[in-house]
Amino acid sequence: MTILEAELTPASLKQDMERLFLKKKLMGFALPALILAYMTYVFFAFDMPGLWQRVSWQNAQTLVSDTYSYKTHVTRDNRDASVSVAIEGERKGAYPEGQSPDWVTLAAGAEGETVIDLENGHLVRFGSDSIEYDIPGYGLVRATPTRAKGVQAELPAGDVPEWISVSKNRLAITTDAGRLTVTRNRAEVFRYFTGWELFFFTLDSPYHGMGLGEVMTRAATGEAGAIFHDFWNNKMWRHQDVAWAIAETLLMAFLGTIGAGIFALPLAFIAARNFSPFGPLRFVVRRFFDFLRGVDSLIWTVVLARAFGPGPLTGALAILVTDTGTFGKIFSEALENVDEKQIEGVSSTGAKPAQRYRFGVIPQITPVLLSQLLYFLESNTRSATIIGAITGGGIGLLLTQAIITQKDWEEVAYYIVLIILMVMMMDWLSGWLRRRLIKGETGKSKRKARADGKAFLLP
Amino acid sequence: MADLTAAPLTTADIRAQYSEMTRRKRLYGGIILVVFVALMMAGFRTADGRNAGSFYDGITHVFDYPSEVLAEASEKAAELPGHLVNFFPALIETLNIAAASTLVGVVFGTLLSLLSTRGMAPWPRLIPLFRRIMDISRAIPEIVIALVLIFLLGGGPVPAMIAIAIHTAGALGKLFSEVNENASLKPVEGLESVGGSWGQRMWLGVIPQVGPNYVSYALLRFEINIRASAILGFVGAGGIGYELKNAMSWGQGRYDEAAAIFLLLFITIVVVDQISSGMRDRLINGAKA
Repeated sequence: MTILEAELTPASLKQDMERLFLKKKLMGFALPALILAYMTYVFFAFDMPGLWQRVSWQNAQTLVSDTYSYKTHVTRDNRDASVSVAIEGERKGAYPEGQSPDWVTLAAGAEGETVIDLENGHLVRFGSDSIEYDIPGYGLVRATPTRAKGVQAELPAGDVPEWISVSKNRLAITTDAGRLTVTRNRAEVFRYFTGWELFFFTLDSPYHGMGLGEVMTRAATGEAGAIFHDFWNNKMWRHQDVAWAIAETLLMAFLGTIGAGIFALPLAFIAARNFSPFGPLRFVVRRFFDFLRGVDSLIWTVVLARAFGPGPLTGALAILVTDTGTFGKIFSEALENVDEKQIEGVSSTGAKPAQRYRFGVIPQITPVLLSQLLYFLESNTRSATIIGAITGGGIGLLLTQAIITQKDWEEVAYYIVLIILMVMMMDWLSGWLRRRLIKGETGKSKRKARADGKAFLLP
Repeated sequence: MADLTAAPLTTADIRAQYSEMTRRKRLYGGIILVVFVALMMAGFRTADGRNAGSFYDGITHVFDYPSEVLAEASEKAAELPGHLVNFFPALIETLNIAAASTLVGVVFGTLLSLLSTRGMAPWPRLIPLFRRIMDISRAIPEIVIALVLIFLLGGGPVPAMIAIAIHTAGALGKLFSEVNENASLKPVEGLESVGGSWGQRMWLGVIPQVGPNYVSYALLRFEINIRASAILGFVGAGGIGYELKNAMSWGQGRYDEAAAIFLLLFITIVVVDQISSGMRDRLINGAKA
């Protein structure tokens, strides 16, 4: 004690404290400064200033407006003056020959006039050889497309407003009511509507345009099968394919996670110090786990896709291989932490080795095992979406396909909503199962498990 | 009570009841196991049926591609160091994406977690709102945001960074709010009593308590984000994944490049894994001591 007293004079204590404070103060400034410097470096390394010029506002506008609205195309083929009406200009959304929505009056004969009412006084007329657009507050625009002379446009006197673009071969008018484009070969009118078109029934279904009440009445009078058939086989939204894709994604996650658990458990016994007497074997299995985890799921996906081709099986196997490594590590750590007393107790009753494992060990690691499996099941639903986008399977494939077309943004929005709902549902389900199956998981034990940072691996 | 005293249970009764219970339990366990196995088998068959190549054909070819890659890489072993140097900038880009998105994610995750923890939130009524925001940003896979942003911003690291940062903010926000719930509120009350603003209370009262746990989770997230940013590169967001895709779609003749990229990615993941698990260990145990 005398030594301590001699050393700890108030002066030296004060000096120590001052040094400590100085260090903390410096750290307090150095750390944020370091992060700031790094972020500045990243800012320029990622070329953020140049980003502003690269942003495509046009694309952003298309994307946003397309997610909540759709357009109907009325197209006149200028070579034979035939008129067709199609939703989004797609063949699967086309009105049958001779039919049209009520805002389009089709020509009665070859010499007749097709009148398109864009509302608020905007009227487009496809005549026998010229196209007229009556714009309220501006005047009448007439365009005559011919093969020889291109598009001849006649505009009201005065300057051409900026929402009209005229060139030799093209006339484009964009108003609030819609859009008209005339080229040599065809004239096209877009009219925009809010909502997702043909979500329930396509035009060739007799149930298209019916109210919910009427559909319900019909379903009640024996047409439920036909109604469901028309909905399920909707060519525009492909509900059947989407449902299968979601099922495939969930299947990938399920097979991958459970399969990994099945493979990892026996291997974990070999890797655990207290169950495996052979040091070299233990070492090999552990390095094997590290290898499986270290070779990223991206690489596994790529390699397995070569052997198995695109599809849900490849995704499931990629998840299985990666997670075998992770589970192996977690399970073997759990096995090393088991209480030897229970095993001793079981063996004192004369239990054979198999029974010792069954009644002494398994009940102890079941909570860890189940809770990790369920955690990973949830996170692998997300991974399966991503892997599906790489290998081609499940909802990830549909999503990438829809994004690549760069025009079906309403479908992209639909898939995104479905994915979010799917993941949140799995999150909820895995949490519910965890609470139901593992009764011991209360707030306190959870806290203890989390504080032990080593055993806890994030999915 | 009268019943019990009237007919006391004999040992035989107890044994009969116990074995009855055990039998029922075994039966239920057996049924669950059978259903589960059937589910696995059916799932496997479905997945196999919907796959382009079947499992039994594929399993014999699993090692074809790796062995081709290895054969070509060992043939051109002399060029490997050159490739490693060539692809190093791409690796740095991938690491930068992961680090920047982790930092941004930590900032937003901290804010979200503080806003959604009872006792710390400045607007307690809005806690459910911030919880939902976290849930949704956690539920969106990175690839979804990345692909949409690539359409808007063009390819490059920024879409990937934003996508990963959003997901990280959600995931860390949830973990952080669990840490916050275990933090003592006394420093916060103390600071409040001397008139500290919300920012001061959080920065001086909460963050010092939860800091080590935050850093440990952030390191864990950094590991995950390296993998994620490699994957996002594969769909067009720059970095090592993009180079891998190029080398792969070229096919034979560039397998040595693919091998170099595999090697770089593998080494990076293992090294970061080791460093971060060492640091986490020290943080957690140091915080306890």
